[in-house]
This record gives sequence, C-alpha cells and structure tokens, in this order.
Amino acid sequence: MPGTRGPVPVPVQNGDGDLTLQILQAVNEHDIVKSADTFPNTSQTVIKAALDRLASRSMIEYDTKDSEEVRLTDEGQQIVAEGSHEYKVWDAVRQAGRLSLKDPVLATAAAKAGQGKAFKNKWVKKDGDALVPLTDAVTDTTRDDLQYVADHRAVRRADDLKELRKRTLVTTLKVIAYEARKGPKWALEIPVEVTDLTADMLADGSWEKATFKPYNFKALGEQSPGTGALHPLNKVREEFRKIFFNLGFTEMPTGRFVDTGFWNFDALFVPQQHPARDLQDTFYVSDPAEAGPPGPDPEADAALAAMEEEDRDEESSNQPLTAPPTRTLDYAQYYQNVRSVHQDGAFGSIGYRYPYTDAETRRLVLRTHTTAVSTYCLHRLAAHPRPCKYFSIDRVFRNETVDATHLAEFHQVEGVIADYALTLGGLQGFLRRFFKKMGLVGLKFKPAYNPYTEPSMEVFAWHQGLGKLVEIGNSGMFRPEMLLAMGLPEDLRVYGFGLSLERPTMIKYGIDNIRELLGHKVDLGFIERNAAVRLDKA
Amino acid sequence: MPTIGVNKAELYKELGKEYTRDDFDELCFEFGIELDEDTTGTEEPPQLKIEIPANRYDMLCFEGIAMNLNVFLGRQSMPNYTLKPPSNGQLLTVTVSEDTAKIRQYFSCAVLRNIKFTKARYESFIALQDKLHQNLARQRTLVAIGTHDLDTIEGPFTYEALPPDEIKFAPLNQTKEMTGTQMMEFYEKDKHLSRYLPIIRSSPVYPIIYDKNRTVLSMPPIINSNHSKITLDTKNVFIDITATDKTKLEIVNHIIVTMFSQYCEEPFTVEPVKIISDHNGETRETPDLTPRSTQASAAYINSVCGLSESRQTLCDLLKKMCYHAKPSTTDEDILDVDIPVTRADVLHQADIMEDAAIAYGFNNLPRHFPTTQAATAAALPINKLADIVRLESAMAGWAEVMPLILCSHDENYAWLNKSDDGKAVRLANPKTAEYQIVRTSLLPGLLKTIRENRRHAVPMKIFEVSDVAFKDAKAERRSRNERHFAACWYGKSAGFEQVHGLLDRIMLMLKSAFITREDGLKDPAVQGYWIEEVDDSTYLPGHAAAIYLQLAGGKAQQIGTFGMLHPTVLKHFELPFPASTLELNVEVFL
Repeated sequence: MPGTRGPVPVPVQNGDGDLTLQILQAVNEHDIVKSADTFPNTSQTVIKAALDRLASRSMIEYDTKDSEEVRLTDEGQQIVAEGSHEYKVWDAVRQAGRLSLKDPVLATAAAKAGQGKAFKNKWVKKDGDALVPLTDAVTDTTRDDLQYVADHRAVRRADDLKELRKRTLVTTLKVIAYEARKGPKWALEIPVEVTDLTADMLADGSWEKATFKPYNFKALGEQSPGTGALHPLNKVREEFRKIFFNLGFTEMPTGRFVDTGFWNFDALFVPQQHPARDLQDTFYVSDPAEAGPPGPDPEADAALAAMEEEDRDEESSNQPLTAPPTRTLDYAQYYQNVRSVHQDGAFGSIGYRYPYTDAETRRLVLRTHTTAVSTYCLHRLAAHPRPCKYFSIDRVFRNETVDATHLAEFHQVEGVIADYALTLGGLQGFLRRFFKKMGLVGLKFKPAYNPYTEPSMEVFAWHQGLGKLVEIGNSGMFRPEMLLAMGLPEDLRVYGFGLSLERPTMIKYGIDNIRELLGHKVDLGFIERNAAVRLDKA
Repeated sequence: MPTIGVNKAELYKELGKEYTRDDFDELCFEFGIELDEDTTGTEEPPQLKIEIPANRYDMLCFEGIAMNLNVFLGRQSMPNYTLKPPSNGQLLTVTVSEDTAKIRQYFSCAVLRNIKFTKARYESFIALQDKLHQNLARQRTLVAIGTHDLDTIEGPFTYEALPPDEIKFAPLNQTKEMTGTQMMEFYEKDKHLSRYLPIIRSSPVYPIIYDKNRTVLSMPPIINSNHSKITLDTKNVFIDITATDKTKLEIVNHIIVTMFSQYCEEPFTVEPVKIISDHNGETRETPDLTPRSTQASAAYINSVCGLSESRQTLCDLLKKMCYHAKPSTTDEDILDVDIPVTRADVLHQADIMEDAAIAYGFNNLPRHFPTTQAATAAALPINKLADIVRLESAMAGWAEVMPLILCSHDENYAWLNKSDDGKAVRLANPKTAEYQIVRTSLLPGLLKTIRENRRHAVPMKIFEVSDVAFKDAKAERRSRNERHFAACWYGKSAGFEQVHGLLDRIMLMLKSAFITREDGLKDPAVQGYWIEEVDDSTYLPGHAAAIYLQLAGGKAQQIGTFGMLHPTVLKHFELPFPASTLELNVEVFL
C-alpha cells in the first residue's frame, strides 16, 4: 500500500540484521556514530551504500573521515609475540653464557640483523670467536613500540614510523571511516517508496501521500527500445543535397550503373588510349556484350522534365522553359561530332588526331564517374540552351585494388553549372560559398589536368587539425571540344566540380579506413550511435 | 599522374635558388605540379619526387622540369630549336618498307650531333624514354623508341618487317645472337621486357631496323641490338621511333630532341633525317621543329579569366608558359601565338587561356559568386520516394546499412538457393572473385552485413533502399537500374511477423491499403496490396509471401517477396540464428 510506513523495501543485508536499520538504531542511541567503532567488521563499501541510501532521503547526514592507520606486518606481529631480534640474540647469549659465532642459533638472517642492534645497545660483545653478555637485564623497546602499534594502530612517536617501515615491521593503510548523525528528515524507519507515478495513484489520490523513491541523476536513462538509424554516409549525403537545393540545383537522374564507352569517356573528350580506360582502372562488362548507339534515355528525360515542370509555375516572369525547343536533339550528329573532334579536330581544336574506333564507344563499362550522367544532361540541354544547375550524388566504380583508402565503389558528389559569361574566378567564388557551408574555408586553387575540363583546378582547404592544405575536390570548366560537339552555343560556359562523399566524411569523423564507412563490414554500433551530421559545426 | 625524381641540389642550382620546402611547394602549387616527396635524409643524393600532369610530356625529365620552371619564373626564355643538316647537305635516310604496314607502319627519326653526356644526363636520357614508353606510348603499344651510337652504324638505313626467324642479332647487353623467335622465348621470363612481347609476338612479321651493312639497330618495340648501344662516351646519337599512332610518333620525337639537344656542341640544334615512305605518303624529313602558329582571342581569354588585360600583357603572361605570342597587326582582338613543339598538350585556345590564367595566378583572379538565373531546386523523384521509405523504416526502428553493389555470382544466386536467371550484368575484368556481377537483389549485402556484425546484440533489424541492375536488351546500355527496398530481421527467433509489420507500415505510409485479391478485383480504383503464400527457394516452405500491388486504376503486379530465410541460406551466409527478409521494387510507386 503506498504511503504507509513499513520495513525498508530493499534491505542491505549485514549478517543477520539489516544494516540500514542498525545504523538508524545506533544513531538514535548515540547521536554520533563512528562506523569504525560500531561496525568494525563491515566493509567500507557496504557501510557507504547503506549510509547513502539514508542520506539521499535526508534521514541522516554523515561525514567521511580519511585517516592513515599503522598496522604490524607478520614480522612485526612475531616480534610482539616473541621479542625483537636483538632481544633474542641477547637472550640466547645470556642463557649460554658464551655463544660461539658459529652456533646455528646465530646463523639465521634475523639473528644476524639482531646481532648488530645488540652490539649497538651494548647488550653483548665479541670475545674472540664468541659472544658474551654485557648485562643481565634489558628493556626491549622495539617490542614495546610495536606493542603500542598493535594497541593503537599508530606509532608512539611520529619519528619512529620511517624506521619501522624501513625494517618492514609495520605498514600504513588508508582507512575511510564515517561519522553519522541525524538528518533533517530523521526517522527510525525508511518509508515505503514508490518508483513511479501510476494511473491508479492519480485515480485514488494516493499520490498526495506517497513517498517517491529518489531519482538517480547520475546514471543514464533507459535506452529507447528498438531505435532506428540512418547510415552515417547517407546522413552526410543528405546534408550535401540540402546545400545543393539551397543553391538552386536540380538533381540528375543517375539510375544507371552501366554506361557506354561513348558517354563515360568519348563524349567527355577522353581519348580512346587514355590510361583511365585501361582494364586495370575500369570495370568492363562482359554480359551484355555491347551497347546500342547513343540515343535518348526516356526514363531520365521524363524525370528531368518532371523536375523542370515543377519550376515552371513559380517562374511566371522570364520563362525560359515555356519557349519551344530551339532544335531537336540529333544523337547521330552528336556521335559524328565527337568522333571528328577526337580524330580530326573540330570546333577550334586540333583534336587528338588518332584513328577513332567505333567499337570502343560501344563497350559497356561500370561508370567510373557520374560525369557520364552530367554529359547526358548537358547534351539534352542543347535542345534548349539556357542557364541551369545540376547535381548528383551516387555510386561510381573503379577497378581498384582494395585497401584502407580505396574501394572498388564509392560515391561521387558532382555539380554542374551552365550559364553565359561564366568566369574562372566565378567558379572559385562559387566553390568558396559551397565549401563554406560545410565549414571549409581558406580555399586555394591549384592548376591541374583533366581531359574534359580546361582550365582545371584542384580545390584545397586549410585543415585545422592537420595544420596544412588538404585537397577537397576537383573543378574546372568543360572543354569546348565537349560542349560544342553537343551543339551548345559557344558563349554558354559550364562549370563542373566534384568530390567524393567518403573523403570529407572520413576527415570529419577521423575515420582512416574506408571499409569502416561503406560496405558490409561497417559496424552496426557505429551506425546506431553516430551523431547527427552538422557539416558547418567543427 | 607520372612522378619524376630529380636531383634536388642540381635542380635548385638550375633554378638559381636554394628553395625551402615551403617555397618550392608553393612554386609547384602555382605552376600546377606537385612536390610529392623530398628524400633528404633518406637518400643520397637527395631527390625531389615531383608529380607531373599526365599531358605534360615536356616535363617527364629533369631537363624539362628545370626549363619550364625557369621560363615560368622569367629566368630564361623559351629556347629556339633549330634543324642543322650536315655540312655536306646530305641527310641520312631511312627507307620504310611497305611490309611494316602489317605490324607497325609509322617511322620517325632524328640525330643529335656532338652531344656531351655525363652520368646524370645519360641516366635522365634513358629515364625519359622509359617514362614516354609508359605514359604517352601506352607501354610501347603506340610508340617505341630506340637510341643508338651513330658511330657504330652506317646509313642509309632501312625499316622493314620480316618473319621472326629471318631476324638474327645479339640483343642489348647479350653477346649471343638470337632469332626473333628465340628472343621471344628468351625474354618470356624477363620481368621488364616480357610485358611487351605480346605486341608483336603473334604477327607473321616483326619490325626490324638495319643499317647499310645489314647490321641490326633494333627490333621495335622489344629491344635494341647490343652492337649499336649508346654509352657515356657516345658522341652522336641516332634515334629511331616506330609507332602505330602517327600523332604520338612525332610528339615523342619532339620531346626527346628538345629535351636533350641542349647538350649538343651547338645547343638546341637537331640533325634531321630523311624518311622515304612513299607507299603510305609518309615521305618527309623529321623532326619538324616549327612551332604551331595559331590565334587566340584576347576578349575570350579576358572574359573567361574575368580580367581586362591588354593584349601585350596577355602576351607577356603567355611567354611565361613557353609560348611566343604577339598582338595581331590585322585584328585588334587577336593574339598571334606560336606554340612550341614541346607543348603537345595545347589543342584549343582554351588551353592557351588556361595558361594565361596560370601565369596570372589562379589565386590572384578576381573571385566573385556568379549570378545566374538558374534556380530550380528539385529532388529527383525516385530519390524523394526512396527517402520516404528510408525515413519511415528508420522511424520504425530499423537501421540503415550500405553494402556494396558488386558481389560474387554465388552470393547473388547459389547462396540464396536461386539458379542463374541470366538477368545479372557480369564484369569482364574484376581483380577479385568478390566482384563478379552487379547485384540483382539487395539481400546478399544485408546478409553479409549481418554476418560481419555477428557480435552485435540481437535482434538486428537492418534495411537498405538502393539500386540493383538488370540486363535490358531494349535499352541503349543494355541494362537498367531498379530502386529496391529490402530489410532483414535477425535474432533468436525468425521475426517473420516483424518483417511483415514493416511491410504494412511502409505500405501505409505510401497510401496503399491492405486488401484482398478479391477486394482488388471488385474495385480497380483502390490502391492496395495483398500477400499470398509463394513457393520461393530462398525461404522456408510455407513461410514465404509474394507481395502484390494494385495501383489505382491499374493492373495488379507482384512487386516483391518476404519470408523466413531457408536454413540452408543462413548456412551459406554463416548465420547461426534465424532471419526473415523482405525485398520489393520501389519504382512502382513513382
């Protein structure tokens, strides 16, 4: 029954009796109770637990007294019982009258130690090869001192402690004792306590008289049962997507792991002999055997159209989208353009001037970058050239030897901006804004080489933890050879930039093995306990 | 990107300055190369390992790095490379036989006269050939270089293609003469040369170069003869270059002679050689060191760089990048630009524009946030849909996992008690058996994730929403992705109802009512789903269900299955506890 008084609900047992009850009784009788005196045989932790239970209810208060006690060692105890080593030497000499130094009585280590002391005390002396007594009666002060220790758990004179410890006759021991007295809510019994407020208590009003068990504010709460979690890498991906949406980007349809040599390489002005196209870098597909000719992808087109449609109503003025397409896309012509810009040069470029192989364009690959999709979207733009911003974050594949920093799969974050009169400094300014949103500042740009961008810039940011510039991404302006072959107008320039999703995530979380972040070897515990992602927070 | 090791002290001497690591780093950063490592303290003499952009063939050796940096720093101007025919006017000739078209048809040649090698120069000369072979020449398949002591051989020369058994000479560093066939066997176990053998091995004729006395110079692209090998004392170097790619053939010639003609008695001069190759119209004198003249628009350069520099200033900037440029006298926007033969990477005025930007300093360009009219923030519909399923699953208490997309054939089929349905995309060249196909199901990844987390407390409840791929004969890429949702419960008991409950929850969130097949038949306007017992070898008989969805107004279709995993499947994935899984196609809800 809640509210009534009764026995302590969960007794702490102390032998036969209940320790909390015994403490309450002792305090009731003596006002001040010293644990060491009243409960000399109860361990300190058990005493403290009982005192805490009472103190947390303000029934008692207690102080903790730390003290140092001196205790006899086994050797010390032996001396108290039998006398000191020097005493035993003197006694043996006295009883024998004259004791040969070779006598076995003097051979023990203790006897040897005792001899020196006995000489010093002038109890015995050496006479030839034997010892003889110098006195008939002695006072064994060592034994007396140790007897004092045994009685008082302290040394008689503070100066003796060092010497006795050195002789390993005593040790010191830290002792915690408690002094308990009545507290503000003093009572002789612990009331029955309720741990929780129940519907019944509300209904019958018993909550008013109930005593609630104190809450332990130092412990963790109960874990929510069956907590779900999103994957840390996807959480970072979501933050990137939000940044892109904030900056007005449209998400590209990346739903094709398999792409063609044409879209993945040729259309990007990557020459057919480029090392990236080697077997040791790119996964080629053996089945299906070969791609069809480049053409429209109805699913991708439908998705792009749906997203652009979303925007149409909102932009009532200045509606570029309502204008009819300026031309229909001619994929066969596009293919020929790509072919000739590689083989013979075109669009103001001398080209690579090598024999172009059609079969190479039809080879199926696992896309090595999502830029293959960007290329598709940019070509589609040629039907209706206009400023646009596209992004994607999706899986790409490289035929890498797997190690701590390389997997055969990872995620590429890619952005594309097409507009008139874009400048290189504008790309830097954009990237500064983009990376600032994830807390990366102090951007520096390094000239780099990339077959499909010119200029190309590697992006570096200052890493506070490492104290140096670290590469955080790649960027550039797509080559005229790529864009003009698509039929885009000459003054429409296009930025491209990209980074992996894994690298900034690894830097952020201090992960040095990519396999701990992506793939089946990732620890579920890591997924469950990984904090929310706040890229702008250090 | 190739990495070139150069002698640190020698390079700094060439650059006229003892750089600190930070200063040299910064110079590299500005120019667009990268100091990878400084071996001071670990190697004697200390080397700088410098990463070079893959298209800068003119920086693949010490000489090229030093020259380009010195020009960039304004410490020297671009050398003027000139041809110097022999004083008697009689060029050496090489006659190319028509048979070479069967194996390696293009030939180029040059002579460096009165060159003075030192040990360092000699080593650099050999290393450059090696770098060119590896990079531009794609492991000698496209181009191969041979260098010879001209004083040991005598022109005119011939480049022929002969049956391997008719070829006989002592190859480099060997004394014994061998036939072409014997050399193939001899070098089969050679760590370095064996990889080049397949380039010609199966051909009925092998390429071979002879002098007038039928002394062999080399058998490209495999090996030179020992007779004509160059040494530190070689004075006159004869360079033969053979190729299957005409453009790269001349690039290689240009790079070698421009980098090393500085050591000739008369620096930067090259003796041309006459190639007689009438059958394919390639009769000419090589090399042609004439810079390529082109034009670039100052307005274009300024516009892309965001600058408004005068034409003269732009010309001055370009000078730092090895160009010779001057304002056109006939057009007030145009720059007349001469591109030296060393800069084979320059294809378009975009390349010239980039070099102007580098010379100006990428980090000095005016930065500003571009104003653009484009502002459609839109999520891809399938990703929006997938995010609903992901968030609802997590809210229902399931943890998201991200296994790999590539898997082994067994994991995708045999381990799930499935036979190959022929729908999976297969890889041609994986490095390990772990990656044989693109998954057609999310289940292998989920089960492998559970396997790797066996020490985690049970039950484990995991899910994934991601793509699988199928072959698709109608598509251009002959395959298509499909977004799937899959979940797995793993614990002391199989959790069939839990997986079923997750399905119900997701369906509820996608506004699909739980109906019976009969309900669906009665009212085709209702969007709903039902489940039916199904015979599926992945699952325990009697504990597998097919999921049917009827979209409003549409036909009903099976979109997935769920069930208690068959104990043999658990065994294949090394799972000691029972499990239930669910997998369905999300795209139908689009």
